[in-house]
Amino acid sequence: MELLVASAIGLLTAGGVYLILRLRTFPVIVGLSLLSYAVNLFIFASGRLAIGLPPIWSKTAAGYTDPLVQALVLTAIVISFGMTAVIVMMGLGAYLEAGDDRIDIDRSAAEENEDARR
Amino acid sequence: MSFWPKKGKDQPFRRRPGRPQKDWIAPLMSPALIAALPFLGALLPGLMIRAGRDACALSAAFFTGLALLMLGLNVPTVLAGGVVETRIDWLPQIGLNANFRLDGLGLMFAGLILGIGLLIILYARFYLSKADPMGQFFTYLMLFQGAMVGIVLSDNILLLLVFWELTSLSSFLLIGYWKHLPEGRQGARMALTVTGLGGLSMIAGMLILGQIAGSYDLSVILTQKAAIQSSPLYVPALLLILLGCFTKSAQFPFHFWLPRAMAAPTPVSAYLHSATMVKAGIFLMARLWPVLAGTEAWFYIVATTGLVTLLVGAKIALFKDDLKALLAYSTVSHLGLITMLLGFGTAEAATVAVFHILNHASFKAALFMTAGIVDHEAHTRNIRRLGGLRHLMPITFVIGTIGALAMAGIPPLNGFLSKEMMLEETTHVVWAGQAWLVPLLATIGALLSAAYSYRFIAHVFLGPVRDDYPHKPHDPGLGFWAAPALLCAIAVVGGLAPMALFGWIVDAGATAVTGEAVHVHLKLWHGVTPALWMSIIALLGGLVVLAAFAPLDRLWLAAPKPDAKRMFDGVVGGIRRASLGMTDRLHDGSMSRAFAIGTAAMLAAGLWAFLGGAYVPGTRIGAPMDPLAVAGWLLLVAATVALLFLHRNRLLALLLLGIVGLIVSVTFAYLSAPDLALTQISVEVVTIILLLLALNFLPKETPRESSPSRRGRDAVLAGAVGLAVGALAYALMTRDFAFPSIAAFHIDNAKPGGGGTNIVNVILVDFRGYDTYGELTVLGIAALVIHALAEALLKGGAANDRLLAWKPETPEAGDRHPMMLVVVTRILLPLILMVGVFIFLRGHNQPGGGFVAGLVIAIGFVMQYMASGFGWAAARMRIDFHVLIALGILIATATGAGAWFNGLPFLTSAYGYVHLPPLEEFELATAALFDLGVFLAVLGAVMLALASISRLAVRAGETVNARPFDIDPSDRRG
Repeated sequence: MELLVASAIGLLTAGGVYLILRLRTFPVIVGLSLLSYAVNLFIFASGRLAIGLPPIWSKTAAGYTDPLVQALVLTAIVISFGMTAVIVMMGLGAYLEAGDDRIDIDRSAAEENEDARR
Repeated sequence: MSFWPKKGKDQPFRRRPGRPQKDWIAPLMSPALIAALPFLGALLPGLMIRAGRDACALSAAFFTGLALLMLGLNVPTVLAGGVVETRIDWLPQIGLNANFRLDGLGLMFAGLILGIGLLIILYARFYLSKADPMGQFFTYLMLFQGAMVGIVLSDNILLLLVFWELTSLSSFLLIGYWKHLPEGRQGARMALTVTGLGGLSMIAGMLILGQIAGSYDLSVILTQKAAIQSSPLYVPALLLILLGCFTKSAQFPFHFWLPRAMAAPTPVSAYLHSATMVKAGIFLMARLWPVLAGTEAWFYIVATTGLVTLLVGAKIALFKDDLKALLAYSTVSHLGLITMLLGFGTAEAATVAVFHILNHASFKAALFMTAGIVDHEAHTRNIRRLGGLRHLMPITFVIGTIGALAMAGIPPLNGFLSKEMMLEETTHVVWAGQAWLVPLLATIGALLSAAYSYRFIAHVFLGPVRDDYPHKPHDPGLGFWAAPALLCAIAVVGGLAPMALFGWIVDAGATAVTGEAVHVHLKLWHGVTPALWMSIIALLGGLVVLAAFAPLDRLWLAAPKPDAKRMFDGVVGGIRRASLGMTDRLHDGSMSRAFAIGTAAMLAAGLWAFLGGAYVPGTRIGAPMDPLAVAGWLLLVAATVALLFLHRNRLLALLLLGIVGLIVSVTFAYLSAPDLALTQISVEVVTIILLLLALNFLPKETPRESSPSRRGRDAVLAGAVGLAVGALAYALMTRDFAFPSIAAFHIDNAKPGGGGTNIVNVILVDFRGYDTYGELTVLGIAALVIHALAEALLKGGAANDRLLAWKPETPEAGDRHPMMLVVVTRILLPLILMVGVFIFLRGHNQPGGGFVAGLVIAIGFVMQYMASGFGWAAARMRIDFHVLIALGILIATATGAGAWFNGLPFLTSAYGYVHLPPLEEFELATAALFDLGVFLAVLGAVMLALASISRLAVRAGETVNARPFDIDPSDRRG
């Protein structure tokens, strides 16, 4: 089981990093989502894996998995939604303002700006 | 933690030996209050300026005078050998407490700061012109005064550092007070850079010192001489602290900032650069003298630096034509003298240093004020354009002459006494085996000092009256010259009756510095001693130098001189270019490049750490692998790989992302995390909706732009990172915890302590409620940011034009709001609301809670938006989403604050069981109220985010339905 989860985390990370290295906003956002999954799973896994031991207190429970990482990941999931939403809005705004969804500043345009500033 | 003095055995106002005080008066005289008064006074001048310039100056003078009065009330205690302390706990965990102490040294310095401060306020009232914003000036001045008093009265060295940095900042404001003058701004910047840099090194030094002594309180540190001097960290701590002192007190080679700071208004120069700020470094050397002095390292560093500064400053001062520059370099030179005396490390020399601090403050402040008067009246302070002023400004002439003669060390003025004693001390000093070296160089320094003092008199006041002054000078009114006159009177009386005027305070100060009872005998005539001969040589030699000034000056002008400003600018410019060059290389505007560099760096760091240790395979027995899990894994791998290959088709990419998210939530459910599964799946839904809304306006395809080699490089980098992270995760999971996990505490206490059986929920709303509270706030802010961005886009401009001219790429469906969808979503809405309430209510004991409930209900509402259109849904959504967010955070805050009323910390929860007849017994917890806040804030934030993006669609031409359906079944004609 550990091997499956670890390899999934690795794959999601690799996919996320690859997409973040693309040049347009949309794949970068998708890449960030993948990376969020990977990071959340990683934090979750740091509490070690357990099957059938939910952290719900009961008299008959055989034991509990680590509840602390779950609390951490729960808020992380919600916050990553907030983060994604802000980036999406920024990407959308940039596209509508500039008519282009590239993430890199055009080198020649940047140099012109630099010259104008001096 | 309490900000008020503790009662009981740890009495706040402890008085060692001294006289017992009446209870009511003690708090009024506490050193903490004395240090606080100038800060209080800083608030007033800005307001009082509306009542006129006199009222403004008076308000500043009032608080200074009040602080001085309270200081005065403490004099008997301190002179009797007592130390007045105020101890207020601030952050006792890290040793930072607002502990103040008032002993002889503190009394002397605080008296100087407040006394001269009072005179400066008087002087500045007449110096500043109507055009200068006086309220600002006095506010800065009081701020600075408070910081200085804070330094000299602090017992805790961390507190002292806070005040130390405050003096750097407030002096920056004062030096740059004339913002319109470029030299003022540059001088202020240079002073801040140099003293700020010294301050940083001092922080490091003080931390080391505190570590060695085991306390950050001076009262403890000063008793640890043996431990400190034998510590291997003594020399590093010494160097770091001295760097701070030397920069602040303008010691060679950091002396260059002081003359540049003379661009400040003269009251500032007189106050900061003669009596107070530059003495802060001296003060600290004196303060730490009992534990740092007496070693070889101390002697050679401090005494040598002081001696070199004495000579260099005196030489440059002689040739300066600007009156204030002359005085600035003479100050540098005299500070060097005091530093040298402290460096000698003997109690006698330290006593002379204390005495000279007092003398120097009196005559140098008077001289600065004189220079200010000359500048003010003659409209120049260039010595070459002055001369003959004794006929035109007789009063100023007398004041200036007395001050300059005291500086030269002419008997019977006070400067003579301390100079004579200084020369006497040098005759006992052997530097690297050479007994003649220090006395000789000190005599030369005294000679130069006499020479520039004579020059000040001769070239400004003596000589013929000229007819080419920029402005015809005359003596100013009494108010303007009263302050320097008083200081000169002190210089005269101090010389004639030194024991009466200075004896007691020098005793108190020197006793505090040296730690042994000092009783000085200050007198004019010591008999025919070597020091007398040295003094005579210096005074006569000074006359010779003055007589030969013209040829010497030509030599000086011809000699090459290092330009401190150019060197400083060169260094600063070089650092700026280096940092810019580095930033440009790492971050040239290409985000993907910066990200690649960052990722590669992290990967390298991780690899380096991994190779540094020995690898042992993990031994923890893992969970079994079953076919269902393998099937899920295969699905995840397939979806991710497909996503990577097909990501250019953005709609397809979204679908695949949704699949990945679903499998992740199933994984959570499978691995005993039902709450996470619920949260993940509902977040997944809103995220996909959000991305779909955005995709409506974005291109539907990602073009293939990067070269195959670039893609290959990215793939290798991504693969390596993935491999590393996966391996790390695997290594982590196959090992047991290195330390006992704190999870056990939460499991054991969830039910008895938090009153809930869903441990995750109890952690969220109770144990770690504060984190959740922060989380909510962040989520609310994120939603508001999105709203603001949408608002900005819709306000007008390119984005708005583009939206108005929007043409959909694909033909739209004829039925914009399909009847089936509309009907189903509307029927579903009450069900979803019920499910949401159910999830919310069971949250404390079963999977669920505010987060999930908020998301679920948000999905229910969003469905209405999607099915029936934004306009239709928005018209029926009466509650503003902003209000929901605010309400949620307010409820959470109020719940948390409720605990205060029971005397408990913020967010402490309470719960009880309630029995209402028709229902079973159920539990009520304040945590549920907190969870309600969570629920509302999450609902509001999600809705606001989605609605903001939807508003763009409305602008782009989505029609607002007037009727519930596009096709109204009740309308036969439709």
